[in-house]
Amino acid sequence: MYPPLPNPSVQPSAMQYGQEDLVRRSASTVPTPPRQLTPVAKLIDVSKCIGCKACQVACLEWNDMREEVGVNTGVYENPHDLTPASFTLMRFTEWENGETGNLEWLIRKDGCMHCGDPGCLKACPAPGAIVQYSNGIVDFVKENCIGCGYCVKGCPFNIPRISKVDHKAYKCTLCSDRVAVGQGPACAKACPTQAIVFGPKEDMIQHANARIEDLKSRGFQNAGLYDPPGVGGTHVMYVLHHADKPEIYADLPKDPKISPVVELWKGLTKYAGLTAIASFVGIGFLHHIVSGANRVSAEDERNAKRLTENQPGGG
Amino acid sequence: MERPYDVGPDDKVHPGDPVTVDRYTPAARINHWITAASLVLLALSGLALFHPSLFFLTGLFGGGETTRAIHPWIGVVLFFGFLGLFLRFWRANLWRGEDGTWMRRLSDVLRGHEENVPEVGKYNAGQKLYFWTMSVLIIIMIGSGVVLWDQYFAEYTSVGQKRAAVLIHAVGAVVSICVWIVHVYAAIWVRGTIRAMVKGSVTGGWAWRHHRKWLRELVTGKRDDQGSGAKPAE
Repeated sequence: MYPPLPNPSVQPSAMQYGQEDLVRRSASTVPTPPRQLTPVAKLIDVSKCIGCKACQVACLEWNDMREEVGVNTGVYENPHDLTPASFTLMRFTEWENGETGNLEWLIRKDGCMHCGDPGCLKACPAPGAIVQYSNGIVDFVKENCIGCGYCVKGCPFNIPRISKVDHKAYKCTLCSDRVAVGQGPACAKACPTQAIVFGPKEDMIQHANARIEDLKSRGFQNAGLYDPPGVGGTHVMYVLHHADKPEIYADLPKDPKISPVVELWKGLTKYAGLTAIASFVGIGFLHHIVSGANRVSAEDERNAKRLTENQPGGG
Repeated sequence: MERPYDVGPDDKVHPGDPVTVDRYTPAARINHWITAASLVLLALSGLALFHPSLFFLTGLFGGGETTRAIHPWIGVVLFFGFLGLFLRFWRANLWRGEDGTWMRRLSDVLRGHEENVPEVGKYNAGQKLYFWTMSVLIIIMIGSGVVLWDQYFAEYTSVGQKRAAVLIHAVGAVVSICVWIVHVYAAIWVRGTIRAMVKGSVTGGWAWRHHRKWLRELVTGKRDDQGSGAKPAE
């Protein structure tokens, strides 16, 4: 068992990291941080999850959010999707295992994966609205968010949601505010089965490997860790009993990447676009310098006058 | 009398020294400038969100959030503004035989040798090309723009469609701005053009030099409107 998160001290504690630890800041550059924080990770062991939704409740509670009373559509998911208030959601899948003939109830806690190479941050046009700390946490800074929804297009996991109330983007912060004072995420704190654990990413990988070994010994040959390299690894990882087919867990992408469309939009288009515009202005200036103004001559005016006067009935 | 395709109902020659020719009615000019102002505002607010180095332009609109909120509405104004221009000018922008020749001799035009190209009507091939390019671009921009207008239309499209729309919108915007630069440059380079959209008229010499066919049509087809105020039935 990984040691549980400590209870908070009653003494006020100083923030352990801040602005100087940013490694990425949307639509802006940051100076190289003076130190490297220990990369952290949240490990979600899908095989240990009992679907109690304590994590969802803890998340709403800590972030002081409320969900509207919803409707039941015959599935366990509640709410039916991530919302601007629910940064995390248990997704339930009934999956028939063809090999064993067993019906497996797969429960995956969905939410921001805190990508090493965050697509949301790449897409964001507002300086400082999305930041990444050197410990791997990707956070949205509400004050700088303009509500354009570009992060939604950038995200390979379809996570951010735009509020209809204040038109700002919301997602899991990995409880950045708690982690900064030595605590762990609220969901991990609330989890009764230790399906959610939090700590240095290295420890989490080690812990996961032990879990995977255990799962394999129980017949889950394809058990494995979900830490997709296509997005630079993630700081939220899953232990999956069927890691060879993550898509059975409510469409968890097998090999997530920032969409090539987004790469093209935020890469070539951005630079080629401005270059094209500047070139057109430049060509205009050059042409004017070379060929001079195209002026109407006195002869043109005389010709026009002659034309109008020679016309019967004209003049 | 049948009006040539490129002659507007209010295009009129006024003999004098110099001769002046009415080219745009006050309504057409107001229509044009509303569209033009929208395009400039759209370009500024759009560029602000296109490249981080231009984000400061959001200051012109009261910050990032208001820029995001107002940009689509300006787009709606532009769409209807351009629709007005389209309905006014589409007939005069129909492609004619001489336009192909004019286009092939574009280098003569650019060197100021307009005597080597065919006489053209109210619009030359370059202007017609601008008109039709903008017509197509504006449909592309409003179409992709609606997909990106999350405040009202977020739930109608998938993330994949939104990604495609955002790329199309960006590329379309760049092309629109480049084409628009050509339009503005041509109006500046060809002296005497801007007064057509400001005062509504051009000098006879300007019409003779750049749109001689149009001038001839106006002179020969000149209707006598001194007797009655009414126009002949068309």
